[in-house]
Amino acid sequence: MSNYIKLIALGLVTLFAMIGTNYARDLAYQVHAIIVMLVAGGLFLYTLRHTGGAKQAAGSQQNEYFDSVVRAGVIATAFWGVVGFLAGTFIAFQLAFPVLNFEWAQGFANFGRLRPLHTSAVIFAFGGNALIATSFYVVQRTSAARLWGGNLAWFVFWGYQLFIVLAATGYLLGGTQSKEYAEPEWHVDLWLTIVWVAYLAVFLGTVIKRKEPHIYVANWFYLAFIVTVAMLHLVNNATIPVSIWGSKSVIVWSGVQDAMVQWWYGHNAVGFFLTAGFLGMMYYFVPKQAERPVFSYKLSIIHFWALIFLYIWAGPHHLHYTALPDWASTLGMVFSIVLWMPSWGGMINGLMTLSGAWDKLRTDPVIRMMVISIGFYGMSTFEGPMMSIRAVNSLSHYTDWTIGHVHSGALGWNGMITFGALYFLVPVLWKRERLYSLSLVSWHFWLATIGIILYAASMWVTGIMEGLMWREVDANGFLVNSFADTVAAKLPMNIVRGLGGVMFLSGAIIMCYNLWMTVRKAPAKEASLTVAVPAE
Amino acid sequence: MSKPVKKFDDDPNTTGHSWDGIEEFDNPMPRWWLWTLYATIIWAIGYTILYPAWPMVNSATAGILGWSTRGDVAAEIAAVDEANAPMNAKLEAAELTAIAGDAELGSYAVSSGSAVFKTWCAQCHGSGAAGAKGYPNLLDDDWLWGGSVEEIHETVTHGIRNEDSDDARYSEMPAFGRDELLEKEEIDQVVNFVMSLSGEAQDASKVEAGAVVFEDNCSSCHMEDGTGDRSQGAPNLADALWLYGGDYAALSDTVANSRYGVMPAWNTRLTEAQIRAVSSYVHQLGGGE
Repeated sequence: MSNYIKLIALGLVTLFAMIGTNYARDLAYQVHAIIVMLVAGGLFLYTLRHTGGAKQAAGSQQNEYFDSVVRAGVIATAFWGVVGFLAGTFIAFQLAFPVLNFEWAQGFANFGRLRPLHTSAVIFAFGGNALIATSFYVVQRTSAARLWGGNLAWFVFWGYQLFIVLAATGYLLGGTQSKEYAEPEWHVDLWLTIVWVAYLAVFLGTVIKRKEPHIYVANWFYLAFIVTVAMLHLVNNATIPVSIWGSKSVIVWSGVQDAMVQWWYGHNAVGFFLTAGFLGMMYYFVPKQAERPVFSYKLSIIHFWALIFLYIWAGPHHLHYTALPDWASTLGMVFSIVLWMPSWGGMINGLMTLSGAWDKLRTDPVIRMMVISIGFYGMSTFEGPMMSIRAVNSLSHYTDWTIGHVHSGALGWNGMITFGALYFLVPVLWKRERLYSLSLVSWHFWLATIGIILYAASMWVTGIMEGLMWREVDANGFLVNSFADTVAAKLPMNIVRGLGGVMFLSGAIIMCYNLWMTVRKAPAKEASLTVAVPAE
Repeated sequence: MSKPVKKFDDDPNTTGHSWDGIEEFDNPMPRWWLWTLYATIIWAIGYTILYPAWPMVNSATAGILGWSTRGDVAAEIAAVDEANAPMNAKLEAAELTAIAGDAELGSYAVSSGSAVFKTWCAQCHGSGAAGAKGYPNLLDDDWLWGGSVEEIHETVTHGIRNEDSDDARYSEMPAFGRDELLEKEEIDQVVNFVMSLSGEAQDASKVEAGAVVFEDNCSSCHMEDGTGDRSQGAPNLADALWLYGGDYAALSDTVANSRYGVMPAWNTRLTEAQIRAVSSYVHQLGGGE
């Protein structure tokens, strides 16, 4: 019966996409209509072939964890990670050597088109897949329950991959709202909304049917991330399409309100996507890898609620010295400063969990990766509040310092904790006794760490230099440097940044090889537990 | 079952829960952490009393310091304007040609003009004023409309071939090819002739015929010897300095389709003192006459 409803829905979507292909007003929309038509049409045929046949024996798996979708998520995370790092490294060299903006590639592979592709690829494709995969893994293990909703989890996974493909092709073909981290146009936003609601349902459904008496702290963070991102996404993408057959839409907010909504969204994309969600990851994988209890339950409660409450107000610090009224700018700044300790609560809980297991740093490169990720987390969550201070911001804003800041957070914190989680997950999910090679993990660790340091240090130098050059005036108050002078002065640092990217990318490729060989060659583990049993 | 969590004898108590083998210690929050959190909260309250912060019904609290970003920047601009007012007045009153001779005024004009140049002119002429294709180099002594400080001042004030100013400098070269004023063969010949003025023609056999074409079509502006006419902005074609390129292809393009370089009128955006300053700055770059 459900198959017939599915067939009707898929048929209608295919038909609609066909009409869209025909009436499309712009190239991005047309390509999207073709992609949707092929996906929906393919699924229609697949469903048709499997309708009316013998029912599969369901239910036998109901006591087991739903790990196949997590395995797919691990593969997607590694794949999109490499894609995102590659794009970033390429555009870093485009900035150093503008000749790489090839004449034949103008309009789809120039810096302006590739930059949002890079940011979205690393945040949403790499980070998003990491969050979905690890949250599916963690919520099952810590709830001792199989994922709720059956194949809905697969819908979330594949639906999210479709979102990524639609977003990426849209950017290259010019279908963009020009909102930082929220570039996809209305039709892609609608699709993400559907996928996200399904994600929330799977996650919350699993938490509700848990067999443990309490909800583990990692799940608080994951849930906060899922719920808040849903809210941010809806408010910042409140647009009215110009035509149902075109990608262009008009935002309902105007002027400075639009800017404020955008950075309320943008800052909390960092706060909830890249901080809260990844703290969920940290709270599971660090104690597991260290084999030690979490340092303080009290601290985790207080820093969780303080973080959730405070982060949401900090957005205006992105708009200091703009048309935004001073009072909003002040509030953004003071909330950012108060946010400092709640952010560090996660760092303390992560690092102190290692007390009694510090010796592992010598022997286990995976725990080393997690520790350095927490270190970068602590550094960026100190740097962020500092840069939100108006006086500091007047120097740092619009300079490369900001770029360095987000990368020490993204590469250092998000990247390293994800690598750590992948190194933990692959042997478990593919039932291997251990990783293929720990020395390759060490190589990855050092390449990535030195790469991040080159990146962050070069951007500090060039950012502060830029800020000082922009504001440099002579004794009469006259400007000393032209903008082009500051661009020329940045060349050496831009090259160092690119080299940092090459190192980080090389490390990730080594990781992919290592994980691949773990699945292929590492000795299999006997009788590993995949049956849902409450721990206590 | 997952590996048991390692425990030591002196470990603190746990909360008694376990998730997939993970337990939680019942440790208190670190005191330094808690006190720093309290300190930032107290600081935040104080700061929001001093500075504009809390939204009320009709407007926000202004803060007891009376500070605002706009007030801050207005005060800074006013201070600079006030400090420079006497020099600006002197600059506006002085003879243009006398500015460079006055040590104090001259150096003021150059530093002010340099800032104006870097803000408004560098986009086209380059931050070092070396120009680019279609945008004249201001470092050399090859001037289209004249290189005396008065002539530069006139050019900056009203610009060239723009819609903003009725007094903009104006001239227009015919598009000899596009408008079918010359045959293709004639363009080929005249390009060879022009190349021969400052170097070698691509095809020496065409130079003679090109000279006739030049005489009939070009010499009224570029003069018979090709040295140009500044009163019409007609470039010197004999000095091997080229604005749009001096090779065969670029010159053929110029003759066939003409060129129409535009510069904005700056009297709509800059003060007279700023125009005088930037004129003095450009004049002293190396090619001033």
